[in-house]
Amino acid sequence: MNTKTLKVVNQPVAKMDALGLACGEPAFTDDVDLKGLLCGKILWSPHAHAEIKKIDVSEALKVPGVKAVLTYKDLPRVPHTTAGQGYPEPSPYDTYTLDNKVRFVGDRVAAVAAETPEAAHEALAKIKVEYKQLPAVFDTFEAMKDGAPAIHDEPDSKNIPDAKHNIAAKFDFEVRNGDWFKEADFVLEHSWKIPYLQHCAIEPHVTIASFDHFGRLVLRTSTQVPFHVRRIVAQALKIPVKKIRVIKPRIGGGFGSKQEVLLEDITAALALKTGRPVKIEYTRRETFVSSRTRHPSTVRMKAGVKKDGTITDAEMEITLNTGAYGSHALTVMMCSGSHTLPFYKVKNNIRFIGRSVYTNMPVAGAYRGYGATQGFFAWESLMDMMAEKIGMDPVEFRRMNYIRLGEGSPVFKAMGEGREGVEQVITSTGLLEAIDKGLAEIKWTQKTVKYRNQSGPIRRGLGMACMMQGSGIPEVDMAAATLKMNEDGSFNLLIGAADLGTGSDTILAQIAAEVLGIKTDDIIVYSSDTDVTPFDVGAYASSTTFISGGAVKKAAEKVREMIIEVAAKILDEKKENLRLEGGKAVSKNGASCSLSEVANTSLYYYDQHQITASASHFAHTSPPPFQANFVEVEVDTETGKVKILDYVSCVDCGTAINPQLAEGQNDGAVLNGISHTLSEEMEFSSNGTPLNASFRRYKIFSAADTPPVRTFIIPSWEPNGPFGAKSVSEIGINGPLPAVANAIYNACGVRLCDAPFTPEKVLAAIKKKD
Amino acid sequence: MKKNNILEVKNGVFEITLTINGEKLVLSTKNGESLLDALRRWGLKGVKKGCDTGDCGSCTVIVNGTPVLGCLVPAVAAHDGDIITIEGLGTVQKPHPIQKAFVEAGAVQCGFCIPGMILSSKHLLDRMPNPSEAEIRKALDGNLCRCTGYVKQIEAVKMAAKRLR
Repeated sequence: MNTKTLKVVNQPVAKMDALGLACGEPAFTDDVDLKGLLCGKILWSPHAHAEIKKIDVSEALKVPGVKAVLTYKDLPRVPHTTAGQGYPEPSPYDTYTLDNKVRFVGDRVAAVAAETPEAAHEALAKIKVEYKQLPAVFDTFEAMKDGAPAIHDEPDSKNIPDAKHNIAAKFDFEVRNGDWFKEADFVLEHSWKIPYLQHCAIEPHVTIASFDHFGRLVLRTSTQVPFHVRRIVAQALKIPVKKIRVIKPRIGGGFGSKQEVLLEDITAALALKTGRPVKIEYTRRETFVSSRTRHPSTVRMKAGVKKDGTITDAEMEITLNTGAYGSHALTVMMCSGSHTLPFYKVKNNIRFIGRSVYTNMPVAGAYRGYGATQGFFAWESLMDMMAEKIGMDPVEFRRMNYIRLGEGSPVFKAMGEGREGVEQVITSTGLLEAIDKGLAEIKWTQKTVKYRNQSGPIRRGLGMACMMQGSGIPEVDMAAATLKMNEDGSFNLLIGAADLGTGSDTILAQIAAEVLGIKTDDIIVYSSDTDVTPFDVGAYASSTTFISGGAVKKAAEKVREMIIEVAAKILDEKKENLRLEGGKAVSKNGASCSLSEVANTSLYYYDQHQITASASHFAHTSPPPFQANFVEVEVDTETGKVKILDYVSCVDCGTAINPQLAEGQNDGAVLNGISHTLSEEMEFSSNGTPLNASFRRYKIFSAADTPPVRTFIIPSWEPNGPFGAKSVSEIGINGPLPAVANAIYNACGVRLCDAPFTPEKVLAAIKKKD
Repeated sequence: MKKNNILEVKNGVFEITLTINGEKLVLSTKNGESLLDALRRWGLKGVKKGCDTGDCGSCTVIVNGTPVLGCLVPAVAAHDGDIITIEGLGTVQKPHPIQKAFVEAGAVQCGFCIPGMILSSKHLLDRMPNPSEAEIRKALDGNLCRCTGYVKQIEAVKMAAKRLR
């Protein structure tokens, strides 16, 4: 199959919500005015680890305009996870909407609802809390030692493998095929570190809780996972699912931070207490301190290699800091191995050792890349180190070892997300073409020669890194879609899939339009609302194109059959002689009727019925997209400053349903990765208080900082995906850390293993080398 | 009572006169209310709050011909001012060429930063009809975006510049 016959799919259709958003239409969670809306605010813990001995809210309640103050005494104590994952979630149940213990600076203590923000703030200041401070621990390796303070010593939390040693999740796995490193000519070992990193979606987290005229709770919220929000709020507050409606309006970016029940439970609790609509909106500082982050990590890798380029053994040991709660603790850790270890053929032995560890620090969670960012930083740096050791070109070394079409890996079966994985082989790959394209675009060969003999303080270098990701979680993720036909031959497409700015509404409409032989603007998309749209796990795990797209395609195919059935009667023609094309049902002999005639016939004339269908999709495999990244850097060896001169990213996402949007996804992911590589790091005081919780102090790249980023889509055809598609959204973020590290090494002979590569660190490494 | 020609209707509440998107209005604001909060309260939801500390640029509006961060300016300071927000630039029915260019270039992902970015672009193109890429990057430097890598936004400004010339 190929894309040549496609009319709507693989076209750069304009993103359907773009114009409205560019005109400032009120589309986001906070863009509505509700009568009687109260302002909700949360009191945050000033201590890293403490017990609440006494909490007195009487003065707070006296503040004029204050309508409710909630503490742990007012709410049911239900252990749950905030991770918006399928049920039963693989994350430990270690969180309580409000608790009598606080576990990091920025943990919830109490919540207030008031007529004005001023009254809410005054009430927060008047809540009297007597804390008993407890010993705190901030380092993962300290936290695992005997006698370290147990952060989750409460008896009612569930699924914590070793609370005494603060282990929130662990997973070990080994493929054994002979003695370790027996065949290796060289054994290399090193460790890589990633700090606390924030998502920095420009829209802060916000939830508005109100009531419909049946008295049901309506949560309008900035979420990637509306259906998981409904289920988890029902669980945490002990109210039935049927009493909750979750609406996801337009979302101002998420990147994983909105795959989380961060505000919905407490906002709902305040609304239920007051009987009034309540809004809680995070400040920017709160999004840094009290939302979620990437898991800071230490990855130790050890691999054996033969002189001929065979990788004999590979061992990855990852220690993640999950902070005070274990949101996504197991799954991010497992993905750091499951997305990376299968990528290269390892002849004999593979071992993975993973630990996610509680500390009294901000809570980590899902973040674009989801563990693969950490894993590939190590694996792709080590690949260059091995290539150098055996005197092989790093590109050749990769070409020789990467996973080919039709090949599998024992890792796929052994490591899933939170449980055993699914056996699979590679059913599509454009990696070889991606590597070739990248080499040509960056002018690898010419520049390698040119930069061989450099002198002076300014040194240039080239680096590369290849990677894969997944497309949804196989045999876990499920999505559904409903299509219904209107009189004019247009269709409503109702999907649970949560477009958070990615353009999924548009590409899902393109898939439906392709099947139905119409234009994308004849599809009216609505996503997502738990009362209206069918179920979808939500926007995460690079699943929407592949999983939700599969559901949309199936629903459209069912609708196509129904249309052809009616058209066959209108045209007095056999069904098998009809096809849909150009907004019409067309017969082989040239006769046709418009879709509008079909719709009107079915709705008004005879054998009346609504042409509509729903379909669900889940998958037995998770076909990886592949990517080759190439970067040219300039290092000032006197100051340590690293400048990226060119970044070329070639991505095989199968068929790009919308090439323009796919490029945009990759551009953004790459820049986020570059920003991680050169700039970003959350800093903390000795008690875990964030010191740079603002855009002024935590520097993400702006337009002027941004180097040239060039994305090239490398087409392949994935037989299991809708019209040959795989995922594209996450993979690009994993490239810059190893690619830039390899390029810096190429430029000046120092290997950076501790992100970000600030001038201080680069200069220190250069001085150490000299 | 009048202070600097602004009517204080009661303690801490002021009545100010200003032009928003070509319409002359008399509106009230509280002492200390930012222009961002006031504009949103007055129904102009295209002005976005991304940080409230003057760092992200999402609340950019044009006041008397100059881009201003609405979160850093008290609403009373806009008394007698002429304000253009994204709603005044164009509409879905009749978009401004910059808005159209952002759509066509694929520069809108989540869209949250886009109103501010388009207004910064407008200010640039009003002054500089043929900006270089470096000048575009500089003009957009105060508008943070986490979705796009700025690649298609820079393309959009180039496209709009060409069409507006």
